[in-house]
Amino acid sequence: MTISSTVRLAESALLRNKMRSLLTTLGMVIGVGAVVIMQAMGQGATAYISDQISGLGANMLIAVPGTTRMMGAQSAGVPLLVEADLEALRRRAHSVRDIAPLINRPLRTMYGTNYHNTVINGTTPDFFRIRKFVVTEGRDMSDEDERTGALVCILGPTVQTALFGSDHAVGKEIRIHNLPMRVIGILEPRGSMLGMDADDIVYVPYNTFARRISGNDRLGAIMFSALSQDEIDDAKEQATQVLRQRRHILPGEDDDFVVRDPREMASVLESVTGALTILLSGIAAISLLVGGIGIMNIMLVSVTERTREIGLRLAVGATSSDILTQFLVEATILALLGGMIGLLIGLGASSIVAKAISIPFVVPIAAIPIAFGVSVLIGIVFGVAPARKASQLIPLEALRFE
Amino acid sequence: MLELRNITKIYGQQASAVRALDRITLGVNDGEFVAITGPSGSGKSTTLSIFGILETPTAGEYLIEGIPVQNLAKQVLALLRNNRFGFVFQTFNLLPRTSALENVMLPLIYAGVGTRERTARAKAALDSVGLPGRYDAHPNQLSGGQQQRVAIARAIVNNPSVILADEPTGNLDSKMGKEIMQLIQNLNRDRGITVLMVTHDASCAAYATREVSFLDGKIERDRSNA
Repeated sequence: MTISSTVRLAESALLRNKMRSLLTTLGMVIGVGAVVIMQAMGQGATAYISDQISGLGANMLIAVPGTTRMMGAQSAGVPLLVEADLEALRRRAHSVRDIAPLINRPLRTMYGTNYHNTVINGTTPDFFRIRKFVVTEGRDMSDEDERTGALVCILGPTVQTALFGSDHAVGKEIRIHNLPMRVIGILEPRGSMLGMDADDIVYVPYNTFARRISGNDRLGAIMFSALSQDEIDDAKEQATQVLRQRRHILPGEDDDFVVRDPREMASVLESVTGALTILLSGIAAISLLVGGIGIMNIMLVSVTERTREIGLRLAVGATSSDILTQFLVEATILALLGGMIGLLIGLGASSIVAKAISIPFVVPIAAIPIAFGVSVLIGIVFGVAPARKASQLIPLEALRFE
Repeated sequence: MLELRNITKIYGQQASAVRALDRITLGVNDGEFVAITGPSGSGKSTTLSIFGILETPTAGEYLIEGIPVQNLAKQVLALLRNNRFGFVFQTFNLLPRTSALENVMLPLIYAGVGTRERTARAKAALDSVGLPGRYDAHPNQLSGGQQQRVAIARAIVNNPSVILADEPTGNLDSKMGKEIMQLIQNLNRDRGITVLMVTHDASCAAYATREVSFLDGKIERDRSNA
């Protein structure tokens, strides 16, 4: 008996019980769907993380006041960083290249009768070098701006649109904290980051911020870059030592500040993705097991139902291996059908979820052969017992079966 | 030439064992039309099943053209069922929800015949049993007599030398039964196909050239009808 006629035979047998065949594949659908989602989400998250890290700038580190907790920093009751810390780092942390203060405050920006509430950041030209921020219009912040505390600002695209619509903003004067600020540049759009609009932001020179807005020398954070990738750990260690001395922390005492390395954040995110993968793998394994048992169950029912048919086939010349193959192929087609539906549902669900949590949707190429392979394997493994049962029937007994 | 030598068939074990056949010896020559008669439980159906290799005897020898069947490989037995014997059953045993044509094709599928030739031969077989144009009919759309004709077409489609019929008219009224008997008789007369038929109906047995009567697992009488 040829393969193609065996397959056609199996198809017609399965089509005779359409609903039952479809329901039988449910476990396979869920199992393979979970595998596909797992692959797509894992790859999407990885792509997202590496994208975010490269967007953070090369070899970047950031020091913030507060004690280490699981994911963030707890800053209540801890002394802030000050300008003098910046100077100390600049002099004594030798593996550090660029270094920039960061201080921000939510404020209203106004142009004519338009206004927009956003976050005003005070920083120095170093910051733009570390983060690799580029202005698409106008010019960068200069050392001169910083030194003189010039009343100038660089807008994120969202702020520009909110205040100026489609008009040109560069050269115009807006009001921030009742100060007239000239727009010198517009930043390249960066889109959203962890669900927040990264373009809804204004940068002013640090000196301008300290003298005119905050009125003190406190810093929210210090951002700096290492000389090279190999020196990131050195830079981090040096900065930690400098800041410990500056903040009078005795040996053995815990730091009351954190020097963060975005790579560590990446590894945290990756471990979350890893946990999710393990969870989905578990679901997939259990579903595939249940799916396989479901197929075995329905195939056993089918063998019993079709005992007379099997008897007849044996009487007209089928060999027991013909019967074995027929039922194995049926089980495999059932499993494959479930696998294919699972693949499609998995891809659909992944693209929806990816969109919802704004990570890139990666079609998991590897999942397609895996879905096929797993389905065929399950079909064969769980189809063997019913198929053997069918092939070992004695023709006459099968024919007389009621 | 089919030959049963000292065949014994016992169903069940020990206390519940039933001796269905008790040292039967029976030879059938090519071209014969043999009716096997007797009351129920006399062993006639078991004899037919052993002739068709649907069942193996507990003891004794079955020879086809002088070759002992018990020495043959399972694949060879399947091949014999496929191209030497054609079966006709009381309950027709057609596959449900499957067209007449596909039912008739079944032996050819296992014989490895290609699709085109399969279709042509199945159509020819259906035509020859008097069912032209009903190729696509499903069993539930056919009368009992028509279903039995499909079953006979299936039995002859692979050109067997022997037809084994187990109460072929048992589920039919007398008119349809007569038609089926004539069909079987024609196969025997015109094509020279050996026919072995189990029946308890004397009018059916009258079509045969020889009648073998069974009683309690033994041959009671073996006579020619000629």
